[in-house]
Amino acid sequence: MTTATLEPPAQLGHRSRPFAWVSQSLTLAWRNIVRIRQNPEALADVTFQPIIFLALFLFVFGGAIAGGGGWRSYLPVLLPGLLVQTVVFATMGTGVGLNDDFAKGVFDRFRSLPIARISPLIGAVLGDAVRYSLSIVILMTSGFVLGFRFHNGVGNGLLAMLIVLLFALSMCWIWVWLGLTMKTAQGVQGIAFLVMFPLTFGSNIFVPTSTLPGFLQAFTKVSPITYLVNTERALMGGGAVQKPLLITLAWMVGLVAVFAPLAIRAYRRRT
Amino acid sequence: MTTTNQVAIEAVGLVKKYGTTTALAGVDLSVPTGTVLGVLGPNGAGKTTAVRILGTLLRPDGGHARVGGYDVVREAGKVRSIIGLTGQYASVDEDMSGRRNLIMIGRLLGYSRPQARAKADELLERFELTDAGDRIAKTYSGGMRRRLDLAASLVGNPSILYLDEPTTGLDPHARNGVWETVRNLVLDGTTVLLTTQYLEEADALADSIVVVDKGSVVASGRPAELKAQAGKQSLDVRPAEPAHLERVAAIVAESTGTRPSVDVVNTLVSVPVSDGSSMPVVVRRLDEAGIAVTELSLRLPSLDEVFLALTGHTAEEKKSDAVLEGVGR
Repeated sequence: MTTATLEPPAQLGHRSRPFAWVSQSLTLAWRNIVRIRQNPEALADVTFQPIIFLALFLFVFGGAIAGGGGWRSYLPVLLPGLLVQTVVFATMGTGVGLNDDFAKGVFDRFRSLPIARISPLIGAVLGDAVRYSLSIVILMTSGFVLGFRFHNGVGNGLLAMLIVLLFALSMCWIWVWLGLTMKTAQGVQGIAFLVMFPLTFGSNIFVPTSTLPGFLQAFTKVSPITYLVNTERALMGGGAVQKPLLITLAWMVGLVAVFAPLAIRAYRRRT
Repeated sequence: MTTTNQVAIEAVGLVKKYGTTTALAGVDLSVPTGTVLGVLGPNGAGKTTAVRILGTLLRPDGGHARVGGYDVVREAGKVRSIIGLTGQYASVDEDMSGRRNLIMIGRLLGYSRPQARAKADELLERFELTDAGDRIAKTYSGGMRRRLDLAASLVGNPSILYLDEPTTGLDPHARNGVWETVRNLVLDGTTVLLTTQYLEEADALADSIVVVDKGSVVASGRPAELKAQAGKQSLDVRPAEPAHLERVAAIVAESTGTRPSVDVVNTLVSVPVSDGSSMPVVVRRLDEAGIAVTELSLRLPSLDEVFLALTGHTAEEKKSDAVLEGVGR
């Protein structure tokens, strides 16, 4: 039996460059950004939601929580916390999006192409880094409009924004893993909300932990959210930064060390 | 083509199991370069599983396959560089415009930005999508979506193309458009593996057909050979006057010695015959009786009849079972 050996088309030859996976990942990250531009309504979770949350908590609860100071004195406390909540919520979109891509056959299209197997996954995470950044910028801008200022230097303020972004990129591996192992996007979303609400509300984001009952205080003492929020408040407004920062960094390393391998294993199993 | 006698796709004993369900139970396929193989079968027959294995998206549990000379498991990357895949499973991104989908694939394949744009424009033009090119794919009609899927699978100029049910759910006009495209691709030397539930489609496009049912090949050959395998020919007589149906049926029965079936709705008298020898007799008797006919033909059985003869059930009956099977997966 003669079997023809067909050569790949010549103009595609340079695809085999050693770093082709980098440009492929960037192309797929670009795809995620284009999707955002063409479906701005899909961005609601990182645009309107943080603005509405900011307005609600500031004006509805601000007076009650901050007491005599009113909402103006609550803003410097609330904004760094809300920044953490917004970005942590945005990470679950990564899992939902991946699950959707698999369900709709988009990943099968990628897999039928001669590209590095890992590129679609890297592209998805990189593309979402843009989403996270956007939500950070939108929330901070809203805060500045309402009178928020960096009292610990602009450099530290920007560092705070970078750290919350890096935390999101560490945490998103949980959702990548769930997005790749769960059957439906709705299922991923359901789990995500079950975890996210207790995690973010059961923390120091909105109120001082001293007002919480004992069991909840115990929880906040181990929750990474608490340390991240303390880091953000210290970098933006001043205060001891070293301890919360180190604990936050340790959590980031831990999240990546546990969930990135799980996610990649799930990804390899499905591709 | 210098490679006409060579084999582009060859599968031997492909087996795939999902839990206790056997999707493929040892399928052999061979497609000569530059030809069209039609894989015909009802839903759940294993067609898509076979295409996914040949497209490197699934690993077979048994058997092996070579595509363009490369092993689909061990040389998957090389296989991917010469194939194009279109089907319900390998989709375009609905949330991007048609043009951006094509540009993205071009960039992934290593085209430069201007090359990718030029290729996208060329394909949009060829598939009459230029006007819709900047709309997001979600807004496309079924026919446009299918054309965009086809265009997406052609960005890399594949020499081997898999089309998994390319016309399922399309209206006749859109379907004809897809058929035309496939015929043109074959003229350019592309090897095509086409799966379909439509016997008519396989008959219209394929050089050879394999009929699969429940994960196995139950018949294979050229369309005409398959029809011949199903046996008897059929003599059809359609009287001009519906009132003459009874008399025509009587004449046909006397002339052939077999009781014909009478289709009142379509005004058609039909009888299986082993050869054409009774035809002149029927013509003479009708003439003597002064009965005018609008149709008098001796034909090979349709592929629907072939499927019934080969599998013992019709493609349509099987469909409803297959839907239930599909749910369990």
